[in-house]
Amino acid sequence: MSNLLDLIVAGLATGAIYALVAVGFTLLWQTSQTINFAQGEFVMLPAFLMLAVMHLGVPFWLAVLVGILLSALLLGLGFKLLLVDPMLRHGVLPLAIATMALAIGIKEAVKQFFSAEASPFPSIVPAGDISVLGRAISLQSLGVLAVAILAVIGLTTLLNRTSLGHQMQAAAQNPTVARIIGVPVERMILLTFLINAVLVALASLLITPIYLAKFSSGEVLGQAAFIAAIVGGFNQVRGAIAGGLLIGIVDNLAAAYVSTQYRAAVPMVLLILMILFRPQGLLGRAEERTV
Amino acid sequence: MRSIILAGLCSAVLLSGAAYAQSGAPIKIANVAELSGGGATVGNNWKNGIDLAVEEINAKGGILGRKIEVSHADSQSNPGVARAQVQKALDGEPYVLLGPGYSGSVKVTAPLAAEAGITQIMGGEAAELTQAGNKFLFRTSFGQQSSMPKVAKYVNDELKAKSVAVVWVNNDFGRGGRDVITKEFNRLGIKVAADLSTEAGQADFAADVSKIKAAAPDAVFIYVNEEESARILKEIKRQGVTAPLIGETTLVGQKVIELAGDAANGARGHVGLTTDAPVEAIKAFRDRFVKKYNYVPDHNGLKGYLAIYMVKATTEKMGKVDSKAFADTLHGLTIKTATEPNILMDVTFDQNGDIDRQGFLVEVVEGKQVVKQVLPKLN
Repeated sequence: MSNLLDLIVAGLATGAIYALVAVGFTLLWQTSQTINFAQGEFVMLPAFLMLAVMHLGVPFWLAVLVGILLSALLLGLGFKLLLVDPMLRHGVLPLAIATMALAIGIKEAVKQFFSAEASPFPSIVPAGDISVLGRAISLQSLGVLAVAILAVIGLTTLLNRTSLGHQMQAAAQNPTVARIIGVPVERMILLTFLINAVLVALASLLITPIYLAKFSSGEVLGQAAFIAAIVGGFNQVRGAIAGGLLIGIVDNLAAAYVSTQYRAAVPMVLLILMILFRPQGLLGRAEERTV
Repeated sequence: MRSIILAGLCSAVLLSGAAYAQSGAPIKIANVAELSGGGATVGNNWKNGIDLAVEEINAKGGILGRKIEVSHADSQSNPGVARAQVQKALDGEPYVLLGPGYSGSVKVTAPLAAEAGITQIMGGEAAELTQAGNKFLFRTSFGQQSSMPKVAKYVNDELKAKSVAVVWVNNDFGRGGRDVITKEFNRLGIKVAADLSTEAGQADFAADVSKIKAAAPDAVFIYVNEEESARILKEIKRQGVTAPLIGETTLVGQKVIELAGDAANGARGHVGLTTDAPVEAIKAFRDRFVKKYNYVPDHNGLKGYLAIYMVKATTEKMGKVDSKAFADTLHGLTIKTATEPNILMDVTFDQNGDIDRQGFLVEVVEGKQVVKQVLPKLN
């Protein structure tokens, strides 16, 4: 039983990371019908940006701020203006393919300019455990969970409780009507891209001390987050959170109680079952399609 | 008269060309290694060791007066890519083939080199590699059949462990190690409390470490690649597993220590090669390597370096550059530091291409490898 609790806590910590990344999938989908297959690489890159700034002799926390800023510029503004806007007019499929190419481009560029080898990355949370109800819980896991929860609370508050959030939702739900009522739709969409960029930078900051900074680390992460977004509901932020946490827990429990060799297959099975029996995802809403 | 002069000129050109081929043309060596992908640490250390040795030898006039020219190809840590790269390298008719470092990649490339009659000096440690009767394959370090019995003996004699959790990576390297160590544990009456297979490139070891905790073994044997070693060491520390951690070179290498930080402290392992060995020639090598590359190499840097000096010593023993006779000469050859100081330790190659020399038992203490025991050469 104690083992089960440990596994669930560890799964929640990993799942929180997936959730942060998965939220990006849903945000971009809702506002601009964009599926970003480079989302995993978007999480990998900020860590290397921060490391590059640190190599210049800049202190860690300043490097983190610069890294987040650079991520917002490159992965938010740059991504939207240089790739999404020109490609979206050709349809969702060409854009999705372009993001796959972008993923390869980012990965290879990092390998070329930094290193193919893994590098250590400082943790924002100190090492060690604290005792909760007699269980030793790592500060790092708690830190990941806390930041993820705060980020999500902040995001949902912004979306549901502020005028800006309402404008963003209006822009996402019906851009034409939103424009008529005076919502600056383009600016709202840009804001979504910037939020995604900051979220992936946060995820990068949290996950890299555990997974190490490596050019290929986005592959697994992007895949897990994509599955999480679909399982939870691609059109709901809270669905992406639920999906991320669920995948994190299921992955750990599968490794412990089913088979370590087949652990990677279990989330896939979950995904297939979800598509078969509840295609809109756990918390997603069914969308009507016009023909 | 004109035709006689022309014929004379042609002959002179041909003769000088032949003489150039004999004495002046560079000796071409092909290296195929894990320069990217999961084995990037292995491949890049191996490559840097090779380049350092080549630079040293060329600076002193080369081998038998001929410079060495090495081409590097990236296997991307993928056996399929390795096979294609080795085939491409062999098409260039190299004197000797170096690499790869991953046992799985060696397994699929060794038949190609053997078919071409080209000697392959590689870094793989899986026991089976040199047991298939391939006469062109040579190791740069101990195979698992040599190292694992030493580890098992240490677990039995020094740690007095009665039960051990075995964590291994599910590839040729990991399976080979797991099979040999499990056999040795059985022979010594040590119970395998948990037998955990992990994946190459695995990021999350929380579940695996939970299983280790549940099994409560007296010691944990870890046999995964370097990056995964660092991740599992961190997770083991995080979950507070206190049983002694024992492994091989991949558990206590420099890269693992760099990546795992404090979590590597206390890990022990048998290493065939370490830059922390109490051997003057190895210390001097380490200094030269650090001066050139600005980091401390792991055992793969030593392996790559030694591979080139194996080529030098064997060629000088033959007195000629002859790729067909190379393997025959290297079988049974003992290279002594007295005649080739940069071979670093006296070494003997048997008829299978396996290696015999000193080995070391090390422990990571405050972020550094500390040699606890020197294990002598067997023969």
